[in-house]
Amino acid sequence: MQNKLQVDKAVRTVLLISASLSIVIVVSIFIFIFRSSLPAFKEFGVQGLLGELTWRPANGSFGILAMIVGSVMVTLMALVIGVPLAIATAIFLAEIAPRGVQAVVRPAVQLLAGIPSVVYGLFGMVVLVPLIRRIPVAGNSGYGLLSAAIVLAVMILPTITSISEDAIRAVPRAYTEASLALGATHLQTIFQVLLPAGKSGIVAALILGIGRALGETMAMIMVIGNSVILPAPLNDNPLTVFLSQARTLTGNIAVEINYASGLHASALFATGVVLFMLIMIVNVSAHAFLNRSNALAN
Amino acid sequence: MTEQELTPMKPADLRASSASANLRKRQTTQKLSFGLLWLASLIVVLVLVVVVGYVFITGFKSLSWDFLTTAPKGGLSGEGGISTTIITTIYLVALILVIAAPLGIGAAIFMIEYQEQTKAGGKFVQALLQAANFGVETLAGIPSIIFGLFGYALFVSTLQFGFSLLSAALAGACLVLPTIIRTTQEALLTVPVSLREGSLALGATRWQTISKVVLPAAIPGIITGIILSVGRIISETAVFYVTLGGSYRLPNSLLSGGRTLSLHLFYLAMDTNAFEKAMGTGAVLIVSIIIINLVIDLISRKLSAGVRQQQ
Repeated sequence: MQNKLQVDKAVRTVLLISASLSIVIVVSIFIFIFRSSLPAFKEFGVQGLLGELTWRPANGSFGILAMIVGSVMVTLMALVIGVPLAIATAIFLAEIAPRGVQAVVRPAVQLLAGIPSVVYGLFGMVVLVPLIRRIPVAGNSGYGLLSAAIVLAVMILPTITSISEDAIRAVPRAYTEASLALGATHLQTIFQVLLPAGKSGIVAALILGIGRALGETMAMIMVIGNSVILPAPLNDNPLTVFLSQARTLTGNIAVEINYASGLHASALFATGVVLFMLIMIVNVSAHAFLNRSNALAN
Repeated sequence: MTEQELTPMKPADLRASSASANLRKRQTTQKLSFGLLWLASLIVVLVLVVVVGYVFITGFKSLSWDFLTTAPKGGLSGEGGISTTIITTIYLVALILVIAAPLGIGAAIFMIEYQEQTKAGGKFVQALLQAANFGVETLAGIPSIIFGLFGYALFVSTLQFGFSLLSAALAGACLVLPTIIRTTQEALLTVPVSLREGSLALGATRWQTISKVVLPAAIPGIITGIILSVGRIISETAVFYVTLGGSYRLPNSLLSGGRTLSLHLFYLAMDTNAFEKAMGTGAVLIVSIIIINLVIDLISRKLSAGVRQQQ
């Protein structure tokens, strides 16, 4: 008996240690990335890193503003392309798809989520980039924001679709019944009852989609062109800004970290710090919305 | 729902006809909008079919038994096959699971099974549990390149493991840890409380109850989580791009570098423009992901059938 209880205690301690591991990892990620970025922050200051456009490691300029703009622009564009499709698919799956159709669409969305990002990147390089290169604008290489945004839109679609579908399904059945009983059509019920009621969950889905988009690395390297420039129109037509090349924060880290040293490496860690902060803001707000949506469902 | 309902009442007959006109209008709008929703979902399915179809059709040209079983030879057009990258991927999956599965499952067991003890117990454990939940939530949202950067800073540079299987496996373990913890938590939560109460009432200790009653009942769910992680590792590239080195030779120790399938695809496409071979590699990747999805589907179907039987 004594023995069994001792085992019990020992096991509990081991389990407690493994449970604390996740927070230990988060803290060490935080510490390691911040510590390694300190030399760059000391040398150039926050303004010198975040407020400068020129990134030329050979000349000692390490401004990452262009990359921040690149990441934000490609994310916004991906949202504009992907969100309408994603939410429409979520409504379709939750409310109007017959069972047989659900059995096709849902696994399709699941598989879209599972396809490796390098495969999307490859598809972008081989199919999308040559297509977009055909747009007759001087300086248009095909590689750039538009290609990257289309690839990214497909990649964030599954996240947004499945979380939004859950949010719509979580709205109590009584809401739908009351609305239909009042004479509203199914469509009116969807747009004026279900979507407003599921709003928090859908917003959370969008924010998590933003998080995924900001964090995507390999597919972006493959199609966005990676030039460190502030995206600008290629000619008089302002729309050609979408054909401009760019570089994302994630791409900056991945492309250069393996051969960087000294201040250059430190500036890359600073890039990581900016990305880390952005993602933390995104995730904390997503969870706030998710909690609200769960509270509603209960 | 705007002005029409607010307009003043009309004589009965008129009202009837305008009401049915209103209904007809609303029904037409509904039909049109539902049409658009069908269209959107059709587009989503089409995107999948086009991407997967394109990769398969162009990839199958280079796919052959030879392609799968010869080693890559490097060179400017990516000569050779993909055998070593398949083996490296398997090595890495195995290593990561050996590290992450026990830790993740253990963490989940503590977070679920010792909850009430914790509530009664010390403030320290309670705070730790909250921190652990926050940790899992945060880890799940951190982009993979950050895990890569962390792995590079800690394992590759500071601990001097270099670009190696070991560095990549440790960084990869951090990446899949939240997936394993979460799925195990869900699996444990589906085990009825009455099973635990029965076992404890028979005089079993907490750990005996967990190891002999709760875990066997939760195994299928836990396995699902592990298979999910396998999928995650196979598709992951960014973490390994900055920790694994990228040599296409077969690693001969924990401290030698290597190249996974998805990393190989990336190098083929970016460094050599060997798009046909890259597509072949992509086809292999997609097939493995499809198999993984099917297996998970099978397990969850068996699970829900089991639940129905119990009821």
